[in-house]
Amino acid sequence: MTNLFNYIDRPSPIHRLSGASKLVCLLLWSVAAMTSFYTPLLVALTVLALIFFRMAKLRLKDVSFTVGIMLVYVALNNVLIFLFSPDHGVELYGSRTVLLPLPGRYSLTAEQLFYHLNVILKNACTIPPVILFVCTTNPSEFAASLNRIGVSYRISYSVALALRYIPDIQREYHDISLAQQARGVEMSKKANLIHRLKAASTILIPLVLSSMERIETISNAMELRGFGKEKKRTWYASRPFTPADYGSMAFCAILLILSLALTAINGGRFFNPFR
Amino acid sequence: MKKFSVKSIVAIGIGAALFFVLGRFVSIPSPVPNTNISVQYGLLAFLAVVYGPVAGALIGFIGHTLIDFSFGWCIWWSWVIASAVFGLLMGLSAKVLKMDEAQIGKKGLIKFNLAQVVCHLISWMVVAPVLDVYMMGEPWDKLIAQGLTAGIANAVTTAIVGSLLCVAYAATKTKAGSLSKED
Repeated sequence: MTNLFNYIDRPSPIHRLSGASKLVCLLLWSVAAMTSFYTPLLVALTVLALIFFRMAKLRLKDVSFTVGIMLVYVALNNVLIFLFSPDHGVELYGSRTVLLPLPGRYSLTAEQLFYHLNVILKNACTIPPVILFVCTTNPSEFAASLNRIGVSYRISYSVALALRYIPDIQREYHDISLAQQARGVEMSKKANLIHRLKAASTILIPLVLSSMERIETISNAMELRGFGKEKKRTWYASRPFTPADYGSMAFCAILLILSLALTAINGGRFFNPFR
Repeated sequence: MKKFSVKSIVAIGIGAALFFVLGRFVSIPSPVPNTNISVQYGLLAFLAVVYGPVAGALIGFIGHTLIDFSFGWCIWWSWVIASAVFGLLMGLSAKVLKMDEAQIGKKGLIKFNLAQVVCHLISWMVVAPVLDVYMMGEPWDKLIAQGLTAGIANAVTTAIVGSLLCVAYAATKTKAGSLSKED
């Protein structure tokens, strides 16, 4: 349970970056990858993401579970897209090259395949950075980083509170669940869906009501200590920026500018090899 | 931005933690892939009514982001934002409809459920697909199918779980006019 957020402590250049700069990089990277459909850029981003993985000394074994889920997810997503709109690529690229005639509207076109390649690339360059961030950033540094990048410290503190109380609430959930099971509430897969929903609410009500009491207690305690009086606060787990931090943020900013510039030059978000 | 009260800061934190625990460990898979029946939206609707729109939006936003983070896959921003929008709308409609969570009756429950159905429809059928089309360029039909399943499933669980929570919460509060003068 301590490893809920998958933080893996290893000495590496990526681990040494401060949480705040990694968060900035992640955001810049995500926007760059999300706004663009320029295929060469997506390929480049994917390769870069893999290089950063090596640099962070992460092994495939560490993240095999998430990568597994991710692959299933990407596969299902693509199947679903094809089922619902097998001609989406044709619409996007404005031409139709049939590779394999199939019954109905399910003929396989080069445009559709290229579109699927883009969707897969898009997942391949947005998902690894998140895994990278989660694995290399200490959760307690996370709230401090949020405040560092300009989020008001009150909201950052909410995030810190959430991270702090997740294990507690989880334990409470477990305790209540055991107590209800001892009273004969069936919660396993044997019960049907409606039954399980009902069973879930027998846990939910005590859990939520006790949490609301907790909210009262904590906010009273914070108020007594004068929380929110000052404009700023300091954080236990924040680190000063180093040149490497500035460098990595600048690098990601350049990526974002590149992505936006390519969209502008290309005259649209989609890179079109069929024209 | 207006200053938050300490209480709403704590409510956001604990609410997000609750949202996370429910979303992460209590979700029941539905037939459409990548879409779960999630108990947490009932909770979100309830907390938004009690603590207001801003708290509702942030509980949805932070809670959903943390869920995505902990699974370690991509943060699905469009859906995270849709969760936040749901919390916000729920809180606003509680204000507009003058729902009183401390003494919710039959009328209050009807208001609550009408509001949540409308809010779910807006969040999952409008906000989420529109953002998905823009950010990921995915085809409409698929998104509408996903949105529809998510919206209906969420509305049903909210109707059950949210209403139960409202009733249970109201039962713990002292009713107005519960004291009567002795003759």
